[in-house]
Amino acid sequence: MTLTFLLNGETVDAGGLPPTTTLLDWLREVRGLTGSKEGCNEGDCGACTVIVSDETGARPLNACILLLPQLHGKAVRTVEGISGPDGALHPVQQAMIECHGSQCGFCTPGFIASMACAHLNGETDHDRALAGNLCRCTGYAPILRAARAAEDAPVPDWMRDDPGFFLAEILSGEPEGRGADSPPRAWHPKTTDELARLFAAHPQATLIAGATDVGLWVTKQLRDLERPIFLNGCADLQAVEISDTEIRLGAGLTIALLMEVIAPHHPSYAAMLRRYGSEQVRAAATLGGNIANGSPIGDNAPALIALRATLHLRHGDTRRAMPLEDFFLDYGKQDRAPGEFVEAISVPRQLDRLRCYKVSKRFDQDISAVLGCFNITVEEGHVRAARIGFGGMAGIPKRAAHVEAALLGQPWTEATIDAAQETWAEDFAPLSDMRASAEYRLSVACNLLRRYFFEDQGAPISVLEVQP
Amino acid sequence: MSIAKPLPHDAARLHVTGAARYVDDIPTPRGTLHLAFGLSAIACGRVTGMDLARVRESAGVVAVLTADDLPHGADCSPSAHDEPLLCTGAVQYHGQPLFLVIAESHLAARRAARQAEVAYDEATPILSIDDALAAGRRFEEGPRVYQSGDAAAAIATAPHRVDGVIEMGGQEHFYLEGQAALALPQEGGDMVVHASTQHPSEVQHKVADAIGRPMHGVRVETRRMGGGFGGKESQANALAVACAVAAMATGRPCKMRYDRDDDMVITGKRHEFRITYRAGFDGEGRLTGVEFVQYARCGWSQDLSLPVADRAMLHADNAYHLPAARIESHRLRTNTASATAFRGFGGPQGMLGIERVMDHVAHELGLDPLAVRRRNYYTAADGGGLSTPRAARPPEDISGQKKQHTPYGQEVEDFILHEMTDALAETSDYHARRAAVAEWNARNPVLRKGIALSPVKFGISFTLSHLNQAGALVHVYQDGSVQLNHGGTEMGQGLFQKVAQVAAARFGLPLEAVRITATDTGKVPNTSATAASSGSDLNGMAVQVACDTIRERMAEFLARYHQEVPEAVTFDGGTVRVGAHELSFAQAAQLCYEHRISLSSTGFYKTPKLAWDRIRGQGRPFYYFAYGAAVTEVVLDTLTGENRILRADILHDCGTSLNPALDIGQIEGGYVQGAGWLTVEELVWDKAGRLRTHAPSTYKIPAFSDRPEVFNVTLWDGQNREETIYRSKAVGEPPLMLGISALLALSDAVASCGTGYPALDAPATPERVLRAVERMRA
Repeated sequence: MTLTFLLNGETVDAGGLPPTTTLLDWLREVRGLTGSKEGCNEGDCGACTVIVSDETGARPLNACILLLPQLHGKAVRTVEGISGPDGALHPVQQAMIECHGSQCGFCTPGFIASMACAHLNGETDHDRALAGNLCRCTGYAPILRAARAAEDAPVPDWMRDDPGFFLAEILSGEPEGRGADSPPRAWHPKTTDELARLFAAHPQATLIAGATDVGLWVTKQLRDLERPIFLNGCADLQAVEISDTEIRLGAGLTIALLMEVIAPHHPSYAAMLRRYGSEQVRAAATLGGNIANGSPIGDNAPALIALRATLHLRHGDTRRAMPLEDFFLDYGKQDRAPGEFVEAISVPRQLDRLRCYKVSKRFDQDISAVLGCFNITVEEGHVRAARIGFGGMAGIPKRAAHVEAALLGQPWTEATIDAAQETWAEDFAPLSDMRASAEYRLSVACNLLRRYFFEDQGAPISVLEVQP
Repeated sequence: MSIAKPLPHDAARLHVTGAARYVDDIPTPRGTLHLAFGLSAIACGRVTGMDLARVRESAGVVAVLTADDLPHGADCSPSAHDEPLLCTGAVQYHGQPLFLVIAESHLAARRAARQAEVAYDEATPILSIDDALAAGRRFEEGPRVYQSGDAAAAIATAPHRVDGVIEMGGQEHFYLEGQAALALPQEGGDMVVHASTQHPSEVQHKVADAIGRPMHGVRVETRRMGGGFGGKESQANALAVACAVAAMATGRPCKMRYDRDDDMVITGKRHEFRITYRAGFDGEGRLTGVEFVQYARCGWSQDLSLPVADRAMLHADNAYHLPAARIESHRLRTNTASATAFRGFGGPQGMLGIERVMDHVAHELGLDPLAVRRRNYYTAADGGGLSTPRAARPPEDISGQKKQHTPYGQEVEDFILHEMTDALAETSDYHARRAAVAEWNARNPVLRKGIALSPVKFGISFTLSHLNQAGALVHVYQDGSVQLNHGGTEMGQGLFQKVAQVAAARFGLPLEAVRITATDTGKVPNTSATAASSGSDLNGMAVQVACDTIRERMAEFLARYHQEVPEAVTFDGGTVRVGAHELSFAQAAQLCYEHRISLSSTGFYKTPKLAWDRIRGQGRPFYYFAYGAAVTEVVLDTLTGENRILRADILHDCGTSLNPALDIGQIEGGYVQGAGWLTVEELVWDKAGRLRTHAPSTYKIPAFSDRPEVFNVTLWDGQNREETIYRSKAVGEPPLMLGISALLALSDAVASCGTGYPALDAPATPERVLRAVERMRA
């Protein structure tokens, strides 16, 4: 009946608190470790970034939307634990001083955590590693210089947490709230079967995987979550099976892992996911969560719809499958019964013709204004198959069925795209909001098909690929 | 000597280890309470009833205060006494604080604040510039007008004319540390306040008023802010006042910090502007006359809107001599959060107006905009003396014979942009790259590039002249260590380090011997806000005065002691030499102490030469100008409007830099923040007056990969013509306006899509860019 993890190398017990206690509040208010900062309380600024490790590796996470029960058996390293026990600076800390990478200093602890984690993992794509850390003072140039300067320095000894700890905790670990606790504050199933039984019996429970969405229910909506079920113990929910005919993706797969799995098959999908949240968000958020919450601006569904994906739902021991697009009934409404959950997504193996185009105000860590995913097969100059999935264009992730029909069988030319122009409004009547107007969304949707065509012709189509 | 060295920020080691303390990190006494505001759900109308029973019953609530519970009113305004801490009946904007919850924890206070049942009599809010103009809602009696010459006649008789309008959005400060304050009640009703503020003296003043005490009963301390950018010049008042009145009501320490969403909804932002223009010019693009009408959306209270709008008028010329100019300024009152100070303080908006004119004129004549800009520049500075730029003067510049004045009558004596522009055009390879951009655009149907060079001439001094004063307090201890205090606040800009470098230099000491301490109204009184880029100019001088007073006392005594003249005493390298005698600074301090020489001094400085009449719009509001120029190259997607900065080259004038590393930091950061304002950062209000972009999930400041991929920043090698601290120049605000070149480059790229003028508004989000492209192609 414990909640045990390593904090800066020291074993700590964080039991006895509500399961919605965030790591950041606990660090700052209970432990008095005020190095990690609250900048936004929603996982968008990275000032609270900490390094969380387990037997699978180390990753940066936003402590402000990380709930304590998610940490059982893991190791947490905050900025206070990134310098050595004797006060020796970590190479990224030294480099940040020498390169003038801090001004007001408030974002700095979060940057240090992200940089130290990337350094630990040998990651040198700093645009990627630091996309989730906002700085308002420096313009980022000196931080990049610091990250580069520290690349070749060896990882300090103190950064390596005792691997024996993880194993011990996994074997002994009965996280608080499980078993004899009555009534339990939270459940921690260890297998998908156990999850299925629990959720069928307690359909009102909130499922929490990465907490990148549910975390905001806690920090922004100030909701009380009745006895949540934490999914991160269900290793089998993260399974990936690749056969000759399909790729089956477990719902518990984090976006970070999904990127790795999908990249060899559909690189454009993986490249789009590189702009999904940030490193911190992708390390926590899961594929299942992104699908199950039904958001019309979740980035996975349009890509998967374009790939003709099948959704696998489970309730107790009953399973059913459906084309993914059929799951989304209306805004906020999905074809999911109480106690039923997303178990997996399967994608048929196919020749890669998928291109995913995400349009948002900012390239990194922004929510799509429009996401267009095109999977168009051209044979002998004619469109033989077309699957087009969109986000941000309706109350649900949606297929552009009329456009697909208008393209099918037609010659693959700009004239065909022009001719299909009118059909877009039959598929979509988007909303205006703070991200974009309805008119913009509709013009961009049409234009993205044109982009797909130009890309097919080999023309440069992405501002991200233009070199100075 | 410690001056001009690229030393790291004084707190850099604390920053990187997480040990630097911000207000929310200060350990609090047992029993500290936490506050949250209950906010208005409408933008305009009256509160007809407030049922706070459920708020009071909410877990952990200790007390709830409304306006009726504030014996002294608790005004928070920096200017017009028009900002009651809590709504007194008339709701002025969505998110206005209605009541104050005092609870056992931050979370308990936030939860309780949402439990109120408030009844309103709702009225139609005045939200936009057009709404306010139609309703005649404004500050001051009517528009303010500054003019020189007869602009209308000059335009009427000009060979060519353009007219147009540019809209530019506001900007959220997005300091990473949200607003925060902590009040600690003292014996006898006194109050100590820790505030994240750029203006401790004003917090002291507002807190003293709110608790009914003289200013001597309130001490405000600010060690550092996690970013300010103008957003903590007046906006910090409310939290400090709330903490003080709550501490007075409960007798317990009180802390308040806004959750980010509350912070963005409640606090002011950069003023949104619309500027209409008419300009007359000759066939080579030289302006003969220009008229601007500037409309500023000021929000619900006056705050700092008058000086902001004044400064916009004062930068309507930017770097250009306007033979005849008329600038009309409307300060419009709306039911939105009160717009406030933001780095540049109206200057960026005014400057963007004339840069748009330059761009439009060049487009009209089919000329390189840089050539048009150069032709309209003020004439070069006089030769000779300290003002002589070290670079060669351009041989073709023969216009430097006549004195030129700004539209408000200040002579431009130090204009160095001709030389700076030449240097930048060369190092950035501007002309070749402009040709390459044209060639790219001819080849590429989807992606278009653009390039632009824009200059900055920014006036340095508070335009409210009496604010141009500063104080310092310096102690030399008997072990030779020095403690230093001044009225400036540290918000990341490195002010403390620069000032410490000054003190170390005055005493000939290594920097480690100088300790700079938190800004404290009990040490230096009656300070001005750390604003208007004035921090090191004012406080550096005050510290120099204080140090020199002590040094002179020491020198006078040591000379007497060793039977030398004071001129024979030198302070260098930690050593004091008195003729042939040599002793360490510590020994010298000890000796002085033992001989009863005072080793403590205040210092005071006021900026000379200022004489400004803001009503007539005539005089010398600025001690000097700071200059800079930037070349930005962008690429945009004509199918989506997505765009990206590829490269930025900057040459900036800091005079003799006190610390080149810190100054380059200000320039890089200022540029990215300015480019962010004009490209990605968009504030969206809905028709009910609710801010829809109230969190980083919806309001996007530039992220890591948005920095220019190639980013070259160089300091101009020259001194300040005026006698500033070590001949340095202010650097806080001017670089922000280098970001204007990013918008102009986007406009250049859009222009390649057709023959008309793009008239691109800001922020140039993908949506605005696409609309402009579509207009060009229509």
